[in-house]
Amino acid sequence: MSFEPKIVGFMCNWCAYRGADLAGTSRMKCAPNVRTVRVMCSGRVDPQLVVKALQLGADGVLILGCHPGDCHYAEGNYKAARRIALLKKMLAQFGIEDERVRLDWVSASEGDRFKKIVNEITEQVRVLGPLSRNGAD
Amino acid sequence: MAKLKLAVYWSASCGGCDVAILDIAERILDVVAIADVVFWPVAIDFKYKDVEAMADNSIDVCLFNGAVRNSEQDHIAKLLRAKSKALVAYGSCACFGGIPSLGNFNCRDEAFQRAYIEAPTNVNTDHLSPQTLTKVPEGELELPEYWDTVLALNQVVAVEYFLPGCPPPVELTNKVVDALASEQLPPAGTIIASDKSLCEECDRIKEDKKITRIYRPHEITPDRERCLLEQGLICMGPATRGGCGQRCIKANMPCRGCFGPPPRVIDQGAKMLSALASIYEANDEGAIARMLTEVVDPAGTFNRFVMSTSMLQRKRL
Repeated sequence: MSFEPKIVGFMCNWCAYRGADLAGTSRMKCAPNVRTVRVMCSGRVDPQLVVKALQLGADGVLILGCHPGDCHYAEGNYKAARRIALLKKMLAQFGIEDERVRLDWVSASEGDRFKKIVNEITEQVRVLGPLSRNGAD
Repeated sequence: MAKLKLAVYWSASCGGCDVAILDIAERILDVVAIADVVFWPVAIDFKYKDVEAMADNSIDVCLFNGAVRNSEQDHIAKLLRAKSKALVAYGSCACFGGIPSLGNFNCRDEAFQRAYIEAPTNVNTDHLSPQTLTKVPEGELELPEYWDTVLALNQVVAVEYFLPGCPPPVELTNKVVDALASEQLPPAGTIIASDKSLCEECDRIKEDKKITRIYRPHEITPDRERCLLEQGLICMGPATRGGCGQRCIKANMPCRGCFGPPPRVIDQGAKMLSALASIYEANDEGAIARMLTEVVDPAGTFNRFVMSTSMLQRKRL
């Protein structure tokens, strides 16, 4: 039985979550490995949440927000871009592979893009294997 | 009041906390007036067997400084826990892992390889490194087992009080002495510092938190009146518990976070990373890339004193 990654997905209410919902109502088939957490804005995603997800058993974390320039709250996704970029640099120092944490943009009309991203991250994390738990005990 | 029995122990530590205890200067006379020191390896000649011979809970207060990273330190931590009524994690190493916990970016094998084999000044043609057990003609020699991971004291035994700081400031050590003398100890689990972040007690002028460049401390001489974070230095103030008397800020140096996270913050490193990225002005890939080059070592800088108690704790093995 091949390894099934557990991926936590933070999705912004206005764009990404709606895009995910569109994928669902359009009956698009995609990997079931992403556990969805709806947030109002990708800028709300505190790096502590990403780290906590990894510490508690997630093999990967996906953060999806509105495209740059389209944030419902004007600047939230820019904040997310800065925070997640710096977080990924830090996680690399902890030996956590780059592909495990991904920030991307999905608009409310992009159900197919949502499907593509979910499938991509699932396969990338599947290849990497489970996140080593050596730090979490 | 009968004299209190006081013990002090140093574990994976630099010795600064033992010096800090003596920093209370003439108040040490107040301490010896109310307490008998029954164990203090750096200062007094009691041995481990003297501690083993004590009855359980016969030590009133044990000030334990240093992190736990080998089997001897683990054993003594558990021994002192059994013999002590109140165990105090004294200093950042005992509270959070401290500087030694930066060793959590390596493991035993990597550390030994570097220290005993690779280091340029070594002369070690036989590639010897410390072994836990070594047979010699006279018998078997034992060294403590060296762990991969450095732990904080409360990750090994239960701890009643936490006194953070690298080292704890005199005022806070005096608070502990006063509490002991008046027999008014705070509730178990208390962190003997402020309940607010350092920014609250910092006297500097704070205006708009917006920066376009991050400087390393040697790159600029900061203005003495303005917030250091606003000047582009990585000051850990927003993500650090106060109570230290802002001694680094007064020396015109940014806070490095030795008091650990403020209340209700679980991971000091992630929180500071979040704060810094939030105030940096960069809304396109080029500017973000520039920001990344300016933060040379996020993992070490933001978790400098707290690796053991951070959420990830160590580099993946």
